[in-house]
Amino acid sequence: MKTVTLTLTNSPELYIEGQNITPDNFAGRKAAEITALDVWEGKQKSPLGKYFTVEGDGAATAEETKIVLRGDCTRVKRIGQQMTAGEIVIEGNADMYIGGWMKGGKIHVKGDVDSFCGIGMEGGELIVDGNAKSHLGSSPRGEWRGMQGGLIRVAGSVANDTATFINGGTIVIGGDADIHVSTHGEGGTVIIKGNAKGRVGGQMVKGDIYVYGTIENPLPGFSMVGEVEQEVDGETATFVHYIGDLGERHPVSKGKTVYANLYTRT
Amino acid sequence: MSELLIRNGFVFDPLQGIKGDRMDIGVKDGKIVETSALNSPKTIDAAGMTVMAGGVDIHSHVVGPKVNVGRLFRPEDKLFKSPHKSPTCSRMEMGCSVPSTFKTGYDYARMGYVFVNEAAMPPLHSPHVHEEIRDTPIIDIAAMPVFGNNWFTLEYLKNNEIENNAAYTAWLLRATRGFGLKVVNPGGSEAWGWGLNCEHIHDPVPYFDIAPAEIVKGLIETNEYLGLPHSVHLHCNNLGNPGNYTDTLESLKLAEGYAPKNDFGREQVLHITHLQFHAYGGDSWGNFESRAKDVMDYVNSHDNITVDIGQVTLDETTTMTADGPFEHHLRGLNNLKWANVDVELETSAGVVPYIYSPKVKVCTIQWAVGLEIALLSRDLMRTFVTTDHPNAGPFTRYPQVIAWLMSRGARDETMKTFKWLERTIDATSIDSIDRELTLYEIAQMTRAGPAKALGIGNTYGGLAPGMDADIAVYSLNPEDMPSDPAMIEKAFSRCAWLVKDGIVTVRDGEVVSEPAKRTVWVDVKVPENAQVQRDIYEHFLRHYSVKLDNYSLFEEHLHNPRVIEVDTTQ
Repeated sequence: MKTVTLTLTNSPELYIEGQNITPDNFAGRKAAEITALDVWEGKQKSPLGKYFTVEGDGAATAEETKIVLRGDCTRVKRIGQQMTAGEIVIEGNADMYIGGWMKGGKIHVKGDVDSFCGIGMEGGELIVDGNAKSHLGSSPRGEWRGMQGGLIRVAGSVANDTATFINGGTIVIGGDADIHVSTHGEGGTVIIKGNAKGRVGGQMVKGDIYVYGTIENPLPGFSMVGEVEQEVDGETATFVHYIGDLGERHPVSKGKTVYANLYTRT
Repeated sequence: MSELLIRNGFVFDPLQGIKGDRMDIGVKDGKIVETSALNSPKTIDAAGMTVMAGGVDIHSHVVGPKVNVGRLFRPEDKLFKSPHKSPTCSRMEMGCSVPSTFKTGYDYARMGYVFVNEAAMPPLHSPHVHEEIRDTPIIDIAAMPVFGNNWFTLEYLKNNEIENNAAYTAWLLRATRGFGLKVVNPGGSEAWGWGLNCEHIHDPVPYFDIAPAEIVKGLIETNEYLGLPHSVHLHCNNLGNPGNYTDTLESLKLAEGYAPKNDFGREQVLHITHLQFHAYGGDSWGNFESRAKDVMDYVNSHDNITVDIGQVTLDETTTMTADGPFEHHLRGLNNLKWANVDVELETSAGVVPYIYSPKVKVCTIQWAVGLEIALLSRDLMRTFVTTDHPNAGPFTRYPQVIAWLMSRGARDETMKTFKWLERTIDATSIDSIDRELTLYEIAQMTRAGPAKALGIGNTYGGLAPGMDADIAVYSLNPEDMPSDPAMIEKAFSRCAWLVKDGIVTVRDGEVVSEPAKRTVWVDVKVPENAQVQRDIYEHFLRHYSVKLDNYSLFEEHLHNPRVIEVDTTQ
């Protein structure tokens, strides 16, 4: 594995669109070529080297390329967008759309991220040590195909609209979640280890949500069916099992009606 | 005085019966002229290339309120899906199935098209339609107001008042600067205002005491009474449902006994649009099958009818039609988002995203039905290429449709990707058809035929002296056709040259200039009709939420008009 280290030395006045910062783009490029890649700041296009110092060359393939970002990336968006392989480590905070439409590989953010991270994700791993804002692992605006696969793990809390239209993959939230979780969900799993505000699973057809803490305002569209013992994220516990959203259409598969499942820990 | 000489190309012009002769085409001041009339022309060397008139699209949805709803509610249609980053066009190109106005104009031009007929204009929203026509570059556009669910029309036809209906029709064409009579799900879209539908042509329209069959016959009589350039343009009842071919045949039979009466060279009294959606057998999605042969047998033996195919292109697209009840039905099938608009107007439209997947049996049968309609046609001057853009697929797939029509190999290649290949073959006759269309036949289906059916064959669709100098040159050598059908598709996707109104507009597939585009409309003079004028005035006073004076579009909405005049007072 070859490592390319980007150090943010010249902070942008606006925000940088960093969709070129992926192992796919860095693979097969020398440090000098990476320095010359395009980056947009507002309507201005500049080489990456205007903002970052670049050390190290990309490997031959994306799989063998690791990117380390240093410095304050609070104003850098779209790192790892549409990446298919390799690894990115962001040593501090980052802005919006980190890991958006990601297909493979791994992104590790050691700080916080802003909104729309892991949006439309199809595979790979997005690990955030801090907090995330809105629309984590959600669908892009207008799109009915949300997160299809992969894993998002946020150690801290998240804001609203997590996992809208999710139909595959797993999201694990260490802290609390604000309103709207898995709205319109048709699959996938969301695990909230803290509390949830409300409107959890609204218009959900299929899929699973686990809430370890409390739901401040549970939806009337979910109905309790019993208690179950389940293994979740490596530990076994007893949960109260609800099905829903009963206001929504529910397909029949192999003679059984399919519902979304909501579990709260006893 | 601009002169141009297109030298030595293989010319295909079905309106003159020219079948690939090596010829020069002369252009002077925007018109085609005899080459002897040129003094010192610039030359385009078309040696080894195919030369045709600019393409004419008889049925497409490119401007207007429902198209705009599609643009608004499908932001995902723009995300990573706007393939062109043109080095030569300055305007933003966005969207795939519902492209922006600029992309629409540029993409048609790149394919060598110059005229597009917007197939459904809600009369109350005609100012919006004309504003978007203005903003669509290069291509000339006409728009047809919808009549099949119009209260005035229903009342006049119920009482068999053809002359009054004709006077009203002339008024509405003028008020909306419209081109011809469009009928969408006659009666059914009106019934949709009450949550109902007219699935069969003898189902009564609620509260109107008239059936779709009478609406269609009355409109044919009105159209021929006025002698309009185009015929009635019908989207039949019961679109898209298994077993609907019997309704289609009944609708086709409504044209029996009528003969065209016009000064525009049109030979049909009825154009049936997107026939593919109307040629289905079976009684459920389980035994869904093609009935293209039954429908085409009828069309082949009745020459007062023209059709377009509405080819499914196996894309993700955005369906949109003034057939509100059908769109509601479709939403129930795929559970995606939908919009229902204009129900309170003289029409009702629905918009639903749709994915025609090679993994879905119904979709692949639909794909076969469209191609069967074209390949079973015995007169390609009466059978035209469309995708009912964007309903069955984006218009940018016309080159692929042409490749499927011209190459059995291209069809086989696509069929290999079908999950339910055997069941598709069983339910259709596509696998038994070896016919491969020629460039001459493609010219019939994409320019000469549609232009003639629209009644504009004296201006568009051909290369005779005196016609508009709209010329498309494709890098295809008819004497040495590529064995790889992908090359055919490529040639038709990006024409080598497009000359529009004598101006070089596209070169090597890129737009290089934007000549002034036109709005084409039909102005009909009818004898003064006090009854109809009073009816319109009274009706607006009592039932409309806008006043009569605010209803018609204002002159400033109309952009660069080309008026086709029809006079029935003589």
